[in-house]
Amino acid sequence: MTKPHKFIRTEDAPLLPPPATEAGITGWLWQNIFASMADFHSPMAALRSLFMIFFTLLLVYVFVDQTYGLLDFAIFSAVFTDPETLKREACWTVAQGGSLPEGWHAACWPFVWAKQKFALFGPYPEESLWRVYVSLFLGAIGLAWVLLERMPYRKHVGVLMLTAYPLITFILLTGGNSDTSFGSVGIWIITGLALISIGRMAQAGHLGSLLNDLSGIFGVLGWSIVILNAIRGIVAIDFNLQPVGTGDWGGLLITLVVAVTGIVASLPLGIVLALGRRSNMPVISILCTIFIEFWRGVPLITVLFMASVMLPLFLPAGVNFDNLLRALIGVMLFSAAYMAEVVRGGLQAIDKGQYEGAQAMGLSYWQMMRLIILPQALTHVIPGIVNTFIGLFKDTTLVSIVGIFDLLGAGQSAIADAAWSTPVQAITIYLYIGGIFFIFCFGMSRYSIYMENKLSKSRSH
Amino acid sequence: MASNSENGTAAASKMQVTDDVMISMEKVNKWYGNFHVLRDINLTVNKGERIVICGPSGSGKSTLIRCLNRLEEHQAGTITVQGITLNNDLKNIDEIRREVGMVFQHFNLFPHLTILENCTLAPIWVRRMPKAEAEEIAMQYLERVKIPEQAHKYPGQLSGGQQQRVAIARSLCMEPQLMLFDEPTSALDPEMIKEVLDTMVSLAEDGMSMICVTHEMGFARKVANRVIFMDEGQIIEEKEPEEFFNNPENERTQLFLSQILDH
Repeated sequence: MTKPHKFIRTEDAPLLPPPATEAGITGWLWQNIFASMADFHSPMAALRSLFMIFFTLLLVYVFVDQTYGLLDFAIFSAVFTDPETLKREACWTVAQGGSLPEGWHAACWPFVWAKQKFALFGPYPEESLWRVYVSLFLGAIGLAWVLLERMPYRKHVGVLMLTAYPLITFILLTGGNSDTSFGSVGIWIITGLALISIGRMAQAGHLGSLLNDLSGIFGVLGWSIVILNAIRGIVAIDFNLQPVGTGDWGGLLITLVVAVTGIVASLPLGIVLALGRRSNMPVISILCTIFIEFWRGVPLITVLFMASVMLPLFLPAGVNFDNLLRALIGVMLFSAAYMAEVVRGGLQAIDKGQYEGAQAMGLSYWQMMRLIILPQALTHVIPGIVNTFIGLFKDTTLVSIVGIFDLLGAGQSAIADAAWSTPVQAITIYLYIGGIFFIFCFGMSRYSIYMENKLSKSRSH
Repeated sequence: MASNSENGTAAASKMQVTDDVMISMEKVNKWYGNFHVLRDINLTVNKGERIVICGPSGSGKSTLIRCLNRLEEHQAGTITVQGITLNNDLKNIDEIRREVGMVFQHFNLFPHLTILENCTLAPIWVRRMPKAEAEEIAMQYLERVKIPEQAHKYPGQLSGGQQQRVAIARSLCMEPQLMLFDEPTSALDPEMIKEVLDTMVSLAEDGMSMICVTHEMGFARKVANRVIFMDEGQIIEEKEPEEFFNNPENERTQLFLSQILDH
């Protein structure tokens, strides 16, 4: 018969610090790098460890070599100035007629400095460039204000950025003073106000029961007309600015206009489409599904091409849509369809209990969506949303297909300049353009990670 | 837990029941596709009454109480809550949901809001209360469920028992006339069940009408005016607790009680 096992603890076991391989810098080094290389307890394990060592050294070598190569090309061996305005000769080797040593192969930055204004703003007239600077500056300040946690009145600035800023930018960039006559604007505004008044009277019951039920429509119509025509009116004011048509915009300016419009429009549109697709009402659900599947089914190039070339064929004679506007609408609808699916993924991930908890308290559909479901759903899919934004930003280069001059298009036309023809001409300007794209896209990516960390901390999930 | 307080509570609870009919379910039937999940349900609940519904899983108990605040739709029969008929009219549904609070098995707290925000959400957005007033009321009820110090934490930082008490406080902040409990302690660790049941008992002692789906028979004995046994979508037996536990008449009730009262 075995004695029954018995144990009673009399004093606590000591709380010890962990071994070096667990915590601290040595712990990090061990777990992430050396652990996989130090296992020699069997021939198989030894083989694996040797393979890991070899592979790690190979990777380190390749990484250092490539990074050094890039830095050498871009900085160490590059030519930065062209004091004698030799243009292309400043970047030629001795054999070609210049002054650089044989075998030189690095960036020719004077080429980029010369083409910079063109790459950033296109053929925008010099005298009016200050307007572009002002709108970019206002945009940067507004964006920073809305994005940084600690700024006061973030929401108010956000609303201003979505309403006043596009209007101000449009006037600054195009010059305002559009052809619209103030007379016609005035008449439309009066019509709109009349509709609003009719709506109010119908609401109060003065005009019979049929109009009472329809009073909402009057109000919506009336306000839309008033607001649209107020905008038309403001745009028609003569601010004494030189008019610059959208055909004269180019480079980074176009890229930013198309990308920002697409990004800002795609999120709310995408949310509405996603909610519509998941709706219980078959008509809405089917319409939204058709919309999403159509715009996802055709390439963006096709959309731009059709909008630019085929749309004028379908419009009545004399109605002329601005080329840039056509591209903008195509990009907005296209990216809204993509965003809708990303948001729908997030909505599906929300537990049914959240919907029930909200409904049981008497929240309406829109209150439930706005306060409970969408905040959680959107947080879940921040990686997907930012992914779509970054993809959209880079897809804007496709507008060159329809004759709109974006950053990449400006770069390509710069390469065609024979006065700067050198072997490194193309590489240099593509490096520059690639760098600009990288700054914007990486910036968005970093901000999204900052948002994710902030949100996960507050929910401690 | 002396029998003194038990009898005292039961006696006091009987005194608070009024003759006002709060809920009336007549010939209610519900189907999920081909499956007849609620059969011929007839039930009347007066103001101040505490009803406990028990039964095997799949018997339709949760479905029954979820029909009361339109989280589920019934296809036949009439349900009236506080005189308001429950049908597809959104206005009626919203009115009913304001007066009926619900506590779920899995708490259903909103993880992206603090405890205080969870509790003030409905009063602010449904009852249109100003924020300061809503926060005062929320703190009162959080004290009532004995966790006022957690007001600024997030649900993920609380234990299960604390979360369920927050869920109870959240429903109470709307000051409902009736509370529905759908297996409130089934998802909790044993050591946390007591704190939630104590909260529910104190609610009952204050006169709150409640319908509770639960397996906690001790709670039923202590607090219920009526215990209802359901099986396969029907109400099998409906009696006062003493009678129900000591003298079950239907075979199925006897079988069920023998299974759950053993352990």
